[in-house]
Amino acid sequence: MDDKKTCLYDKHIALGAKMSPFGGFIMPIEYTSIVDEHQAVRHHCGIFDVSHMGEVLVSGEEAEKYVNHIFTNDVTGAPDGKIFYGMMLYPNGGTVDDLLVYKKNINEFFLVINAANIDKDYDWMQQHVAGFNIKLENQSEEYGEVAVQGPEAETLIEKLMGLKIADLEFYTFKETEYQGEKVLVSRTGYTGEDGFELYGSHEFVNKAWDVLVGSGEVTPCGLGCRDTLRFEVALPLYGHELSADITPIEAGLGMFVKTEKPEFIGRDMILRQKMEGISKKVVGIELTDRAIPRNGYEVEADGAVIGTVTTGYHTISNDRSVCMALIDSKYAKLGTPVQIRIRKKLFDGTVVKKRFYEKNYKK
Amino acid sequence: MSKIIEGLYYSDSHEFVKVEGNVAFVGITDYAQQQLGNIVYVDMPDVDDEVVKDEEFGAVESVKAASDLISPVSGKVVEVNEALNDNPELVNEDAFGNWIIKVELSDKAELDELMDAAAYEKACE
Repeated sequence: MDDKKTCLYDKHIALGAKMSPFGGFIMPIEYTSIVDEHQAVRHHCGIFDVSHMGEVLVSGEEAEKYVNHIFTNDVTGAPDGKIFYGMMLYPNGGTVDDLLVYKKNINEFFLVINAANIDKDYDWMQQHVAGFNIKLENQSEEYGEVAVQGPEAETLIEKLMGLKIADLEFYTFKETEYQGEKVLVSRTGYTGEDGFELYGSHEFVNKAWDVLVGSGEVTPCGLGCRDTLRFEVALPLYGHELSADITPIEAGLGMFVKTEKPEFIGRDMILRQKMEGISKKVVGIELTDRAIPRNGYEVEADGAVIGTVTTGYHTISNDRSVCMALIDSKYAKLGTPVQIRIRKKLFDGTVVKKRFYEKNYKK
Repeated sequence: MSKIIEGLYYSDSHEFVKVEGNVAFVGITDYAQQQLGNIVYVDMPDVDDEVVKDEEFGAVESVKAASDLISPVSGKVVEVNEALNDNPELVNEDAFGNWIIKVELSDKAELDELMDAAAYEKACE
């Protein structure tokens, strides 16, 4: 199947971006340099085309009840305009996807899912509709999305687009208009910096891109630095730190799984893992030498393989050779010595906190 | 546009060889560094290691990925470019000026199997 193009495809080509397939789409990986784009987001402001993300609207009288059934976080009684991060789970606790849930009102919830999982997720949602008085709409084709991230994001969006967003709290959103186009704007992101995500029609997304990038003050950023940014602050990427074989407890994301809720898919297994413990866990590992542990490399201890690297980099923000890895939980304690096999050699490392760089959210 | 220098030998896997007497300076081409993007680590062999033509002798790592270095020649490593340990980005700044290893050639006839500048330019198109 051919990779799909987002509504900003022509802009990426015009900017000379290196393009590569990701999640069924042909996406910009970098425009000039991953390092420069990464630093723009950490210190100024960058914009990402994230129109590949999927959007599903759940509407109807039992929308809240349905979302609580398929989603690990608890949306009960939340105020309109509130956003939740969490997962959809299989009955065995493995992860279908991680997602954001936007509560528009008691009858409408807007779900934002990973590009590579759109078809799988929508099928999963449909399979669990029976018995709920709700309607599901896959709106992924209609919506485009840009993420505007970095310490200057708030000021620049207000100045260049005239949107009033300073009053938005972390993980809340509002619906407004820009030049006659509807826009949903939230204080969310995937970089560890303050920032916003703007959803709207393809026309809106093109207008927003033009005014922000055209100003020269907002740096176009590709998925290359999106990954280095999210990695440094230990945000998981589905397919790496979360998957059908990795539960949120194993991924260290238990705070987004509300077992106090009486019921949701996967709850029994999660309760069991919370009570009995887990056999594998996602940890951080730092290497002594300047070598780079990559996805799939083996982690060893006591002469045996104890796990594999899920994501690893030499960090751009603070010059550390680090990775997240899924390993035997016997070795998960901070300070435990482990080794990683890189090509033919074994490199010494230590289990460390997996947040390699501090988040800088505006809360 | 990437730079190609006359008088050097080139391999399919984008290494260059500059020959001085019986010694070869081996590095990656400007085209290769452009394709890789920001280079953050160069994994080099030790001095006195033997390298074998068409076999891996190390790796160049960009932010995103590791890519193997394939030796275009056979012989003994007589020097590695220590400057790359602390400043791997030198390869981005000047790929041809920052060779990776120096090899004492064991079979100069192997050079005949490599491309010249004109052939390499075609291969990069």
